[in-house]
Amino acid sequence: MNHWMIAPVVLPALVAPLIAYLMRYDQVLARVTSVVATLALLVISIGLAVQTTDGQVRVYHLGNWDAPFGIVLVLDRLSALLLVVTSALALLTLVHAIATDWDRAGRHFHALFQFQLMGISGAFLTGDAFNLFVFFEVLLIASYGLMIHGGGRARLRAGVRYVVMNLAGSTLFLFALGTLYAVAGTLNMADLAVKVREMPLEEAALLRVAAILLMVVFSIKAALFPVQFWLPGTYANAPAPVAALFAIMTKVGAYALIRMYITVFGPDVPGIDSLASDWLMPAAVITLALGAVGVMGARRLMTLVSFAVIVSMGTLMLGVSAFTPVATSASLYYLVHSTFAAAALFMLCDLVVTRRSNGDALFLSGATPQNGLFAALFFAGAIAIAGLPPLSGFLGKLMILQALFDRPWAWLTWAVILIGSLLTIIGFSRAGSLIFWKSATVPAPEEPAEGAPVTEPPTPASAMALAPTFGALALLAAMTVLAGPMMRYTDATAQQLFEREGYVGAVLGPREMHKTLHHDDAEHGEGSPGKAELDASGHGDATGHQDQGDHE
Amino acid sequence: MEIVISSAIGILTAGGVYLILRLRSFSVILGLSLLSYAVNLFLFSTGRLTVNAPPILSPYGDASYTDPLPQALVLTAIVISFGMTAVLVMISLGAYLESGHDRVDGEEPLKDALDAADEPPAGPETSGGRKENIA
Repeated sequence: MNHWMIAPVVLPALVAPLIAYLMRYDQVLARVTSVVATLALLVISIGLAVQTTDGQVRVYHLGNWDAPFGIVLVLDRLSALLLVVTSALALLTLVHAIATDWDRAGRHFHALFQFQLMGISGAFLTGDAFNLFVFFEVLLIASYGLMIHGGGRARLRAGVRYVVMNLAGSTLFLFALGTLYAVAGTLNMADLAVKVREMPLEEAALLRVAAILLMVVFSIKAALFPVQFWLPGTYANAPAPVAALFAIMTKVGAYALIRMYITVFGPDVPGIDSLASDWLMPAAVITLALGAVGVMGARRLMTLVSFAVIVSMGTLMLGVSAFTPVATSASLYYLVHSTFAAAALFMLCDLVVTRRSNGDALFLSGATPQNGLFAALFFAGAIAIAGLPPLSGFLGKLMILQALFDRPWAWLTWAVILIGSLLTIIGFSRAGSLIFWKSATVPAPEEPAEGAPVTEPPTPASAMALAPTFGALALLAAMTVLAGPMMRYTDATAQQLFEREGYVGAVLGPREMHKTLHHDDAEHGEGSPGKAELDASGHGDATGHQDQGDHE
Repeated sequence: MEIVISSAIGILTAGGVYLILRLRSFSVILGLSLLSYAVNLFLFSTGRLTVNAPPILSPYGDASYTDPLPQALVLTAIVISFGMTAVLVMISLGAYLESGHDRVDGEEPLKDALDAADEPPAGPETSGGRKENIA
């Protein structure tokens, strides 16, 4: 067994309490530890990703329990790709937070940050639906702390809404899992994939309920249409490095949708058919349209970027909702791109906003120092997130468009994506010209009125504060230049996803053994008792309650 | 047995949903608690309802037993929802103390309208069950 697989969960889980308890009064030590741990996480993730290129699905049995009974971690190309994206993003945002002193705005930033990484890594790695819920909760509870990091009225109010929304989502998740367990008798994803395919059609009603409930839950995380309202308020009010890190949080929802609706449910499951596609596609279209309208209507810079994130989630989910290998591959490429593009914009806007006299409101104010540099970076970021040619957003959108071309409703999806991109460009050029161009002509306002204490003039951003933004944009450029190898990886990822047998076989072991087990407990309709029967040999009590055996 | 459990889940869920749609964070917290009770009961019943049976399988296949897995799931869910409720209470309290009111939507104009219509908020105990349709 390859023990490195569990390192992305264990490493942050060990570092976080160390930082919280031993280094709480030593900021420098906490910073160094946090950076080193994140760097180590990045190295481990890359190592794991290199391992997965052989096309094998690796399984880690926790406590050495066999698959459908114990909890497993599963590492395939998709998990490895997302782990690398997470840890690279985490390193960038961490450096940004340290360079801009955001981590000193409140307490326990680094501990919460590591717990957040633990939850995200776990969610990407787990092969068990209930375990997915647990890791969701871990990443959420850390995100609550990060979201309100630094405090302030607006942030706390937005934080309450964010927490309430996600708690309601968690409850729904539990309802979905309960329904799923009641129907299938298992929560292991690979085992579920087998069980739901052997289910008679007349029992499919509850299965459909569970599938739809799960979709709503993951849509909350992915900020899809009926449940996307939490995102702009949360991202716009969160501390900027946290908002940049949250760029991966919506992708956790997208990942869960991809995993559940390709690996577990699929069009070949009786009663499911094209259920996921039928609901996801309209939701994604409306999400994209709403996001584009929001970009046009935003009156704050951070809100503008938040709505651009919604646009990119709509585009991403349109690609995912096709549920074809080509579209999934394109979506994965776009997923990586949109994560770094959003993060770059959040970090850049933070540098700009903290230097403007009127914060991130889209009104004229004096030019900031390094106006030209910020303008150029904003230009690059806007190009990336709107999907204009030189950067990888263009490639991603093009491939998604191509994949959607022969799908039903292609005219609608094409129109929405293209018009959405146009509106994004307009929104960003308006904001950019206001903040960088027109502001350059306005002298810095000297107004010691309104009783505000005289603030010292903003200092230019240090090289270290600029580095993460440059780094994210450089990654986007690299994604453009290395689009070929990257696409080969995502193609192979999509192919691996759609070949369920590889995943199921790796998790459940040789198929024959699983088959026999399954036949044993077919009349119980549940997974675990079969195994327990095999193990419970030395049991002396022979009384046996024979009155009620209704396990159907 | 079945009707008791299912109606309990139903009533708790209905009450919870009603309460989380309120505007005050106090009732929202109560609603989320009710919802978590409902979901715990629901999870507990997903392994089928069996009375007076141990969660251990006897060596004889047809002996009665109750499914232990939902019980383990419920334990996890209880711990998580307890922790989450505590976090939510703390954050809501912080937000209440910062902004002086405990409306979930908490917009500035609404606050002014609220302050004009009500007495200024005095303490956390004035929060629950007030009329919400002022603004």
